[in-house]
Amino acid sequence: MNAIAPEAEGEIADVIAEAHAHATPLALVGNETKSNAMLRPVQAAATLTLRNHAGISLYAPKELIIAARAGTPLAEIEAAVAAEGQQIIAEPPDLSALLGGAGQQTLGGIVACNLSGPRRITAGAMRDHVMGVRAVNGTGEVIHSGGRVLKNVTGLDLCKLLSGSYGTLAALTEITLKVLPASEAVGTVVLAGLEAERGVAALAAALGSPFGISGAAWLPREAAARVPELAAFDAAVTLARIEDFIPSVAYRTERLRAEWAGFGAAAILEDAPSRALWRAVRDTAPLGHASGDAIWRVSVAPSAGPRIVAAVARLGGNCFLDWGGGLVWVAAPARAENHAAITHAARASRGVWWLMRAPDALRASLDVVPEEAPALARITRRVKEAFDPQGILNPGRLFAGL
Amino acid sequence: MIELPPPKPETLAARPRLIAGLRALVPEDGVIAEALCLKPYETDGLAAYRQVPLAVVLPETTEQVAAVLRFCHENGVRVVPRGAGTSLSGGALPLADAVVVGLMRMNRILDINYADRYAVVQAGVTNIGITDAVRERGFFYAPDPSSQLACMIGGNVNMNSGGAHCLKYGVTANNLLGLRIVTIAGEILEIGGTHLDAAGYDWLGLLTGSEGQLAIVTEITVRILRGPEGARAMLAAFRANEVAGACVDAIIASGIIPVALEFMDRPAIHACEAFAHAGYPLDAEAMLIIEVEGSAAEQDDLLGRIRAICERFDPISLKVSQSAEESAAIWKGRKGAFGAVGRISPDYLCMDGTIPTSRLPEVLRRIGEMSESYGLKVANIFHAGDGNLHPLIMFDANDPESFHSAETFGADILKLCVEVGGCLTGEHGVGVEKRDLMPVQFNARELDQQRRIKTAFDPDWLLNTAKVFPLKPDIAHAA
Repeated sequence: MNAIAPEAEGEIADVIAEAHAHATPLALVGNETKSNAMLRPVQAAATLTLRNHAGISLYAPKELIIAARAGTPLAEIEAAVAAEGQQIIAEPPDLSALLGGAGQQTLGGIVACNLSGPRRITAGAMRDHVMGVRAVNGTGEVIHSGGRVLKNVTGLDLCKLLSGSYGTLAALTEITLKVLPASEAVGTVVLAGLEAERGVAALAAALGSPFGISGAAWLPREAAARVPELAAFDAAVTLARIEDFIPSVAYRTERLRAEWAGFGAAAILEDAPSRALWRAVRDTAPLGHASGDAIWRVSVAPSAGPRIVAAVARLGGNCFLDWGGGLVWVAAPARAENHAAITHAARASRGVWWLMRAPDALRASLDVVPEEAPALARITRRVKEAFDPQGILNPGRLFAGL
Repeated sequence: MIELPPPKPETLAARPRLIAGLRALVPEDGVIAEALCLKPYETDGLAAYRQVPLAVVLPETTEQVAAVLRFCHENGVRVVPRGAGTSLSGGALPLADAVVVGLMRMNRILDINYADRYAVVQAGVTNIGITDAVRERGFFYAPDPSSQLACMIGGNVNMNSGGAHCLKYGVTANNLLGLRIVTIAGEILEIGGTHLDAAGYDWLGLLTGSEGQLAIVTEITVRILRGPEGARAMLAAFRANEVAGACVDAIIASGIIPVALEFMDRPAIHACEAFAHAGYPLDAEAMLIIEVEGSAAEQDDLLGRIRAICERFDPISLKVSQSAEESAAIWKGRKGAFGAVGRISPDYLCMDGTIPTSRLPEVLRRIGEMSESYGLKVANIFHAGDGNLHPLIMFDANDPESFHSAETFGADILKLCVEVGGCLTGEHGVGVEKRDLMPVQFNARELDQQRRIKTAFDPDWLLNTAKVFPLKPDIAHAA
């Protein structure tokens, strides 16, 4: 396949304008850490990679703002903000181990997929902190939306529309993120031995407490065993994280332990093991999967999480819960009937799914995300045409024929 | 004055037939057509602009909204959605040939779920009404615009409203899970739900802040949050705007994100003190209100850290509240700021730009210079943590010259906000007020991209026409 890797935004715009003129489909990618596994495979004559359009363009720590070109490795941005005692708010995951991608994921890739980590439950998704974007639409026009300030309601919010659009509307070229100070300390309160239903009830109690929970996960026994900091519990674990100043973490973890007394005797994990275990949860390390497994990501109301767990158990698959029960990571043999069972369970709970990893043939033939109601699907098509009238950007990535 | 499009003669001519048609779609008293009864709907929070609409319709269900929109769509009639009418940018300003769809009768709370921490409410529920409904369990709905006693959640969604506490809790867009919307063709669509991440394009994010350009929102699923154990405010007064600005930077740099961080300049301090007798220091050039949350010990710890930072900036006074009553007194002046300015000036325009916080001293200096050259007083209130600036420009509405100067002064301030790297509006919306300034922030390609999205939802440009997008090309698009 013909791969084009321009450095400058103007060259990216030229490539897309040319493709538009000839109605030539383009596969848009960063470092391809996710694009060869996730959603529907893109059929395109050429690949346009944004990886060489890289570099941090602005970092104003006092204003809580960082901007970088789309091809910038996320790790480079994480290191830059960490050096100033700050962090990327949504705690985006590194799924390279799960999805089999080599190399470093890019800022553009993580924003285009709108992927967020455990802190999503309290601090919002990746898309919530995209304050500005520059992008090239499907005709080769450079557009911008938002800016470099933290509050902006000027015009339609294309930052949110383009985040999570998987490169099907425009090629993101530069992204401005809000960042926040990293917490001084992290602590985790752990309940061992609760099954999913009871674990999620405990998480609901924690999230309904005034103690500022910033992570809320439930891991079955075999998933907990894959996390070194949790293996000693030798049981399913229910985890609540608190991130704050040192005295606050000490105070709040104790208060939560007391609040959880009705669920059992809770343990408290200190700063270092807490950081390690939440990184593992973020990157889906607890999820057991064989090479022939497909991976699904399911988003439901938190209390519905245990119903998905039960459905996965019936298939003999693996899973764990994040976001208080509302995010389910699932692994099961890559078969259409398993997809049907998992998506049925999600739909029955009024939830949604993403097929995150599967062989090409399978993901080309399935609904990798839920089909939209006909009236909404018509709007999707018209908005796609409003950005990309020739349908050249990542055709078919989300929906067949779009 | 901002130009409004000429009314469609065929719509005006068909008024009796249109009103009769609307009467068949909603309960009997749900259509307002008498001149006297239409009067209250002629304006919103931007009271300098007034226009009596063709009619007002007050549907009670989503299905009725759908029937009304289908009818308007079939008849080519423009539609102006309206909540409580508190928009400061003229977002609900009627047009002479438009039907105002008022959502105030859709004021029920449909579901509250504490386990999954959401509430489903109709568009006409007030912002404070949501918090009132969940307060007994210690929960609240976070965005708190100044108008929260009156403004409705449907309007908040359309304007992506903020508030004094969004530094910690985010704006409306960050606190929603789902929407029920009606398209101009009368189709009812469910967006999102009760889960956090939605599949497909981010319709929830696009619709939030879309100012009634894309659809009418009838039901909203909002996140509700458990409140903190407590909250306490402190007040710090400084000798210069620059010094207060540097102090804000130092607080953020220390890793503390207060739940609120409000800045008032000298004219604002004086206006608010005369009004509220809050004990504000009248010899200060700038004042900060800083609020923190947590247990009593946590509040002490955080206020202690912040106090130590403030002391490095040679403050004129520091007052750390010792009780909920003292905190309320500190907030009293700030929350009464609009009323306070209203007392010293017959009329004022409340502007709403955002700037990079580092540019605050320079922006305030230049606003001061403009104030002198326009001969109009201005008081500045600033959400300092997030850069959202609210200059209140005082003028006399009985003097057309004075109003014209105030509008031009306001436009100059917003252009300055864009010039220093900021934007035209942080939380009030573009509406009619800032419509013609959009080319300052967006080039023609960018405006056309946004227009094409509008067209994807509303091909005939019937929804909230003449707002957000500069007028002339709009008409071309509609034609």
